[in-house]
Amino acid sequence: MKLLQIAELPAGSAGTVRIPIQGAALCAGFPSPADDFLEGALELPRWLAPNPPATFAWNISGDSMRGAGIFDRDLAVADRSLKPSNGSIVVAIVDGTMSLKRLVIEGNVARLAFDNPDLPAFAVEDLIEGEIWGVVRFSIRWHVARAGLVR
Amino acid sequence: MSRAIALIDGNSFYCSCERVFDPKLARVPVIVLSNNDGCAIARTAEAKALGIKMGDPWFKIRQQCQREGVRVFSSNYTLYGDMSARTNAVYRDFSPAVEIYSIDESFLDLSDVRNRDRVALARDLRSTVRAWTGIPTCVGIGPTKTLAKLADHVAKTIPDLDGVCDLTDPVAYDHWLCRISVAEVWGIGRASLAKLMGLGIDTVADLRDLDPRPVRKAMTVVGERIIYELRGLACLPLELLPAQRKGCAVTRSFSRRITERETLEQAVATHATRLGEKLRRGGLGTTHVSVFYHTSEHDRGDPMRSVSTTVTLPEATNDTLALIKAAQVGVTRTWREALGDRPWRYSKAGVVTTDLKLLDDAPRALIGQLDRERSAPLMAAMDACNARFGRGAVVPARAGLTEKRTWSTKFEMRSPRYTTRVGELPTAHA
Repeated sequence: MKLLQIAELPAGSAGTVRIPIQGAALCAGFPSPADDFLEGALELPRWLAPNPPATFAWNISGDSMRGAGIFDRDLAVADRSLKPSNGSIVVAIVDGTMSLKRLVIEGNVARLAFDNPDLPAFAVEDLIEGEIWGVVRFSIRWHVARAGLVR
Repeated sequence: MSRAIALIDGNSFYCSCERVFDPKLARVPVIVLSNNDGCAIARTAEAKALGIKMGDPWFKIRQQCQREGVRVFSSNYTLYGDMSARTNAVYRDFSPAVEIYSIDESFLDLSDVRNRDRVALARDLRSTVRAWTGIPTCVGIGPTKTLAKLADHVAKTIPDLDGVCDLTDPVAYDHWLCRISVAEVWGIGRASLAKLMGLGIDTVADLRDLDPRPVRKAMTVVGERIIYELRGLACLPLELLPAQRKGCAVTRSFSRRITERETLEQAVATHATRLGEKLRRGGLGTTHVSVFYHTSEHDRGDPMRSVSTTVTLPEATNDTLALIKAAQVGVTRTWREALGDRPWRYSKAGVVTTDLKLLDDAPRALIGQLDRERSAPLMAAMDACNARFGRGAVVPARAGLTEKRTWSTKFEMRSPRYTTRVGELPTAHA
């Protein structure tokens, strides 16, 4: 059972945006069937998520990107409006699976690479095999072991 | 500069939303089912190719879907609503005037864009929406809403057009209007279509060239308006602000048949709770709550019953607790215990209001005044909790905890709410 103070609730400060801005989806023609199911989207401050409609959060599972500072059970926030470039961390579709990779562009060759010193260097794939879904803008990791409150 | 309206809509919108987060759905047939997993309401091109029709009941196509590897989803309106808001946010970057017509269609005013730049802008819009949100779309452009809708139909059905059709271009206008069936015109229903066929009207061009005045007799002013719209004379403005609601209804089919009074009361209280939320969102209040519930017409041979009653409140309110109380009075007034061993098996219940007014303008009652000063902050706190912690985080005890309700709409094959719930975010493998 979680206890939260009502006083903490109103989050209407100008510093946060919803991804995307909700509530404006009132339809002029048909009442939206989604109306009864809308939820407050995940809120991120505007300076972290400058383009809310293109911003999506992903759970990360696995340790192949430790070199990039992204670990198992972190969150990665992808911005689909960012152009991928050499060195970008990307969410990519590889063999029909969503994967987190580093995009490496050498000359004309683009590859999706692991970033973990413990993994063999050949663990890379040509981009032809994959498709970039979005570019990771930042990642989130929790450092709390157990969420107890000091009283 | 001439008027130009664009209609942009998502291709197989619900299915496309599912595909954004699940790469295994690419290039395979996907369908989405209606509430309670009743029938198919969205199909990808692959599913259409298998002969699955809009509205096909799930129990009839279930075996075919299993046999042919169709991926089937319950509707995930939380996700679709969020993706719809995202696409509209992108549309607003392209046009200052956007009318959200339905969850997957919006009208954009492109009058300020030069004629020759419109198609390029539409292509840019499509590719931006695709890149930013993952949703594929088509765009139709025309001097009126009716022609924009028609252009969108052309863009959808003719692959060579690459998803954009511009009927403000006179050449395209002349080319397509005599090649499209009149059945595709927005607002032409089955009844009108039969009349038009009787008059020998086959194509959109035939309809356009009719004398509008006699049509008014046969097809009312709506038919006349369609003809003017097809000629490029705008009769329908963009509705940028939704009209104020006059009425509001919350009605649901149960996922099973209901025979017990407690369950019905809980369902009605749940609907009243939702009604309160909807009214508060518009700052509206009501003085009447109608409650109805009935058995199913499909249960042939079972005892039938359909009741509805209207409960009057002392003054206009949107307080959930007052609405629940009124709804319970409605049930108390109409509930009958079965006489024999065959109880009525109810399939649907709802609460309806028809006399909405702005709460601030509503006159106060002299007798039986409700305590607005206390109820408003309580309701605001409840709405804030539900907005922040997800729907159903705080409910009136009468409505029961969301997960303990045994009658709520079924969504058994629903995908995760990928974009709104931290616990349901999609996973990428590293």
